[in-house]
Amino acid sequence: MSVVTNTTTIGAIDAPSRRNTELGLMAFAIGISVFAYANVGLAIDGELPSGMLGYGLGLILLGGVAHLVVRKFAPYADPLLLPLATLLNGLGLVLIWRLDQSPRLIQRAKSLFGAFSPDAPKQLMYSAIGVALFVVVLMVLKDHRILQRYTYISMAVALVLLILPVFFPAVNGAKIWISLGPFSIQPGEFAKIIIAVFFSGYLMVKRDALALASRRFMGLYLPRGRDLGPILVIWGLSILILVFETDLGTSLLFFGLFVIMLYVATERTSWIVFGLLMSAAGAVGVATFESHVQQRVDAWMDPFACYTTDGACQQIGDAIMSFGSGGTLGTGWGQGNSDLIGFAANADFILSTVGEELGLAGMMAVLLIYGLIVERGVRTALAARDPFGKLLAIGLSGAFAIQVFVVAGGVMGLIPLTGMTMPFLAAGGSSVIANWALIGILIRISDTARRPAPAPAPSSDAEMTQVVRP
Amino acid sequence: MNKPLRRIAIFCGVLILALLVRTNYLQYVRADELNTRDENRRVRIERYAHERGDIIVDGKAITGSAVTKGSDFKYKRVWKNGPMWAPVTGYSSQAFDASQLESLEDGILTGNDDQLFFDRTLSMFTGEKKQGGNVVTTLNAAAQKAAFQGLGDKKGAVAAIDPQTGAILALASTPSYDPSTFAGNSDTDTKAWQKLLKDKDKPMLNRALRETYPPGSTFKVVTAAAALENGLYTDIDGKTDSPLPYRLPQVSTVLQNEGNIPCENASLREALRMSCNTVFGKISDDLGNQKMMDEAGKFGFNKEIFTPVRADASIYPKDNRPQNAMAGIGQASNRATPLQMAMVAAAVANDGKLMQPYMVAERQAPNLDVIYTHEKEQLSQPLSGENAQKLQQMMETVVKSGTGTNALIDGVTVGGKTGTAQHGLNNSEKPYAWFISYAKTDSGSPVAVAVVVEDSQANRDDVSGGGLAAPIARDVMKAVIDNK
Repeated sequence: MSVVTNTTTIGAIDAPSRRNTELGLMAFAIGISVFAYANVGLAIDGELPSGMLGYGLGLILLGGVAHLVVRKFAPYADPLLLPLATLLNGLGLVLIWRLDQSPRLIQRAKSLFGAFSPDAPKQLMYSAIGVALFVVVLMVLKDHRILQRYTYISMAVALVLLILPVFFPAVNGAKIWISLGPFSIQPGEFAKIIIAVFFSGYLMVKRDALALASRRFMGLYLPRGRDLGPILVIWGLSILILVFETDLGTSLLFFGLFVIMLYVATERTSWIVFGLLMSAAGAVGVATFESHVQQRVDAWMDPFACYTTDGACQQIGDAIMSFGSGGTLGTGWGQGNSDLIGFAANADFILSTVGEELGLAGMMAVLLIYGLIVERGVRTALAARDPFGKLLAIGLSGAFAIQVFVVAGGVMGLIPLTGMTMPFLAAGGSSVIANWALIGILIRISDTARRPAPAPAPSSDAEMTQVVRP
Repeated sequence: MNKPLRRIAIFCGVLILALLVRTNYLQYVRADELNTRDENRRVRIERYAHERGDIIVDGKAITGSAVTKGSDFKYKRVWKNGPMWAPVTGYSSQAFDASQLESLEDGILTGNDDQLFFDRTLSMFTGEKKQGGNVVTTLNAAAQKAAFQGLGDKKGAVAAIDPQTGAILALASTPSYDPSTFAGNSDTDTKAWQKLLKDKDKPMLNRALRETYPPGSTFKVVTAAAALENGLYTDIDGKTDSPLPYRLPQVSTVLQNEGNIPCENASLREALRMSCNTVFGKISDDLGNQKMMDEAGKFGFNKEIFTPVRADASIYPKDNRPQNAMAGIGQASNRATPLQMAMVAAAVANDGKLMQPYMVAERQAPNLDVIYTHEKEQLSQPLSGENAQKLQQMMETVVKSGTGTNALIDGVTVGGKTGTAQHGLNNSEKPYAWFISYAKTDSGSPVAVAVVVEDSQANRDDVSGGGLAAPIARDVMKAVIDNK
């Protein structure tokens, strides 16, 4: 069979499945994580950690199952996404386990709550649930276009998920949790995927109306109210809810997601202009009546002023010093003092442990891993053949990129801190589960996009016109 | 839809790039600055993460390190015989920073000094535990003990130096404190620290280096040196031009002598022996303020001295005529540290050469390699050799048959000068008892010492340099000589 070389990104015919590439990369990702685990044990206790076998086997099991499921159910999927997510998840587990050993954090937990419970076992359990959800997504969702059917249900679910935390008590000043007995989930993480599904479904249908049936106003094309209205209302509602729940990071994420998807759907640059104008207006508006936001902005402008005023905003300064102390090569796993940050050291601020213990080199590596995931996501969007898949893939990757930027930028003092979790690295069940689901959907879209076109059906005319040689 | 997709890809790339630039900026460009910020607790954690090097006297460490629990500072500093050595070592506390040698030699003691870079790099590869270097001092344990015990529960200070090298042999200050009591950062440490701060006797004041007293009659040695150096008088046994009573210039005040002593036209030797205020007051006035300041300056007055621990500047004031005459006998605004007066005695004993006082003889790397050795250095020459010998004869007369007989040591030549410095408004407070002296053997002078006792317990009549301070000086000198 002749190979058709294709200059488009689709590479539709005879694309190699790359499953063995994926397997090799998985082995690498798990190997690095196990090595890191051993490294922490040696640095802290001077001996190989006792849980090493269990941890290694656990990771191999999770990664192996995920790989086999991809091999079976999404054979043409992008080979990079799964190993990258596994690597981040594995490194995150090591980081959390490392912070569990910190006498300072143990002391802190004991004096605040009377008891200390390590987060690493919980994170391992959540990772398992996350991988299970990943498997379910791949097995149940045979074709991502099925999601299209649930456009309006997604809208309703997303709204419910966002509203629910209002009825639960605030945790650390933000009403972003739903507590059910011993478990608590952060619905914002799931809502981000669900709302991307809604935006994709809606925009796919309305994109032509939005792009073309418009009125010219002050040099910009404005769509008709009946086309833009519903989506604007949903988006506005979610932002409002999040602002009232003081979940600023997530509201920023939703805003970015909305602008990106609208821009991609309509191909009109004016949306970017609108987006920027609206975000500026929104930011100024929120900053004027939310003292919470003002504190964050002050802490961002001068992180070290807090040390003299005895404010509760020293975390930014602590995080920045953590990065500085890491320097180029870092102190090495387990040998830094990033736990000085205290509260949320293994959640929102986990990146400062990376910065201090792995140094600039480790930070660049981790950021590039995130960059690669986003890049593979965008590539999937480019390769996808249906507009719904394109929109969903770009929405999910864009949301992922914005989340990484908002969290990492906040922790590094690049932008004001808004509070969200670093996907896969940070301790937190909802985050790791939701992000595994996100990777599952991206893998499903990429599988559909890269799957070779079915061989043309044998033509019944072929037989007839055969030249029969004597 | 692919064109906007590519643009979004670029946008996401820019976001990641911004993070990469930021992390480079924080971890490469600003790393040093962030790493040394006062707010950065790691600086102190690192300082106490390893055993600190020791401060060494006579080959033995007078400091040590103890493991602490329940804190992120692993080791804390301990001192052996802390109160006795505190004026030498200073303190180094997890909670309250460090002072004096502990602070100045911190780089060596923690092992972070640039001079130890090679050692550090080496031990990084050999996997040895990081260690601090040692600081070897010039102090003499026997002399320090004599000084500290001699002061006892009296308030005062002793400074002793080797006149030939400038090496500091003793540096005592009482009441003292034990730096070990607040070396950690627990509540008891804080209480001990606050108690010391509130103590009205100021135990943490290093009186030997940081307190200036009116030097009283001990300053007459400097005035006599000025008279000889400026050629006002050349014969120490010749008559001086000194009336009795002597009225201070320009004012109606009459300068008194202590008791009824024959000071009229007394020779320099006799005037020093009996401590005649009138003779030396007039010398100071005859020479004038500038010449007196010049000579005092050559002895080390009017500038701070670094040993390397800073000693406050002693002051010979720029002043009007009557005040200058008073300053010539160590009163008025004339002020001196005990170290300064020990330097005066040392310069005389060392035939006029004043050596730079110092207390760090060597710095050692953690592996005991010597990375610094002090070279002795002459600070100035306040006296010619000939005049120094004349002054020695005068000071030796003071001890042999004058006010300083309490400092006599069998078989050793001792020169000295007593002082009883008045202070307070209208001299209402109890005076300070001073004694400066040197001992001399065949091979030159091994020790010069200055003692000041500011004792509020004693009767006013009992306070005199000869009675209170001279015995302490004698014990210190004896300790040095016996130790040779």
